[in-house]
Amino acid sequence: MTLYLAAFYAYPLYRNVELSLREYTVRSFVQGGAPFAGLDNYRAVLTDPAFGPTLTHTVVFTAASLAFQFTIGMALALFFYKHFPLSRTLRALILVPWLLPLIVSASTWSWMLNSDSGLVNTALGVVGIGPVNWLTSPGWSLTSVIIANIWIGIPFNLVVLYSGLQAIPTEMYEASALDGATGWQRFWGITFPLLRPVSLITLLLGLIYTLKVFDIIWIMTKGGPTGSSATLATWSYRLGFGNLLPEFGPGAAIGNLLIVLALIAGLLYIRIERRQQLR
Amino acid sequence: MTTSTPRAWWKTGVGLVLTGLMLFPVYWMINVSFTRDQDMRATPPHLFPTNGTLDGYRAVLDQQLPYLGTSFLVGLGTVALTVALAAPAGYALAKLRPPGGPALSFVLLIAQMIPGIIMAMGFYAIYLTLGVLNTLPGLILADTTLAVPFAVLIFTAFMSGIPDELLQAAVVDGAGRLRTFWSVVLPVSRNSIVTVSLFAFLWSWSDFIFASTLAGGGDHQPITLGIYHYIGNNNQQWNAIMATAVVASIPAAVLLILAQRYVSMGVTAGAVKD
Repeated sequence: MTLYLAAFYAYPLYRNVELSLREYTVRSFVQGGAPFAGLDNYRAVLTDPAFGPTLTHTVVFTAASLAFQFTIGMALALFFYKHFPLSRTLRALILVPWLLPLIVSASTWSWMLNSDSGLVNTALGVVGIGPVNWLTSPGWSLTSVIIANIWIGIPFNLVVLYSGLQAIPTEMYEASALDGATGWQRFWGITFPLLRPVSLITLLLGLIYTLKVFDIIWIMTKGGPTGSSATLATWSYRLGFGNLLPEFGPGAAIGNLLIVLALIAGLLYIRIERRQQLR
Repeated sequence: MTTSTPRAWWKTGVGLVLTGLMLFPVYWMINVSFTRDQDMRATPPHLFPTNGTLDGYRAVLDQQLPYLGTSFLVGLGTVALTVALAAPAGYALAKLRPPGGPALSFVLLIAQMIPGIIMAMGFYAIYLTLGVLNTLPGLILADTTLAVPFAVLIFTAFMSGIPDELLQAAVVDGAGRLRTFWSVVLPVSRNSIVTVSLFAFLWSWSDFIFASTLAGGGDHQPITLGIYHYIGNNNQQWNAIMATAVVASIPAAVLLILAQRYVSMGVTAGAVKD
């Protein structure tokens, strides 16, 4: 196992760090002898005019996705926690968006958000709002990929929060019902505080996952137009594989910046998880 | 609260609406896959495939079968390799308590957090030198990295629950470590094997980043690339694109129906989707 980890995680990671420190071209991959460039790639990336906006997009994309996924997921979890006929089946069906290949979800949303004949614009037209160029205008492209990503993330939040709800002892609700607490009071007084550990884990897992999101954005907008929906992940991919002349060095450098972010989130996750197990 | 009072049925109604809203894009994908080219840009769009056509599906059969076959092979390969690697590792971590075990679990957790693009670049660099770029085994190996850390953690969690007496009984009967693993541990771990296989298959089936970086130039391309090229080459035949999407979603749908229980189990066990 250690061997597998070393061969299939550590080695690619090492190569990636190496990539980021050298000046690679396709030819020097095969023949070797890429000149050592030190931190030049990092400097190039950090001083690139695209760096600021891309970082902002990554933050906005992550924050907006998390906020909506979590809120909607929580609302659905609370709703489906009540037993009623078919609740189990419906809950299972809601998992579908999460299980679909991302390319499928992304292409479906691309078509629904199509400017000329997409369903969304038609629906907006009915209520009198003119067509929006969802995917092709710099002002809307980020919103579009966020909408798609929220949709994909809701089921995950639903399932994890639902399992958190199941762990809350029912006696607490019975006691509060005797005290005459309203539904809203019960939510803020019992459910929310008791669900806090699970919520934290859900949000952190969501954060780690959202930082990695690449497929949806790449398939829907390729990070464009003019970089208006690019995140660190798509930028890194564009540099490495999106052009005829790949720039692996800077691409890998961005990747490594991204991994630092993900690792910080990861370490936080592990800390919180540990602390909960100690209780 | 399990009795079906009128109030409960009212909730079912709301539940149906909510589920309907969530699944609407899926319905729309299916609807468009049956829509004729000339109706595609109709205003208002047809909410039902009236004058439905199977053209889209005909195009899938004509053009996408090789891609589907590749995805299937890659999926099976990934499942086999993942289980073969992760089950013994999980057993070792759960029961044999090797030195460095906790550290290894920690590394596995971290490994799940590495963004795919970084792995893809690393693999690309290695594969180019080794000459396994654009090969099936290369893609399978890369895809296992999506599932192996998750799989080991699931196996470890599950196998720690196997009572020690059961294993000791096997040892008393004269079974060695390997034999105990094979004829006692594996059979009782069936549930976790199903969960792991399910996720390994789904993840490799929907993998796009490894496919496009490591197999994008080869003869064996999975269905995710099939759809991607399709969108790139013609953005007119949306019924064919959506038909391919429907076909590509079938494994997910089938697995969901067959293995509902395992899916929820996997998610709650802390599955981080790539």
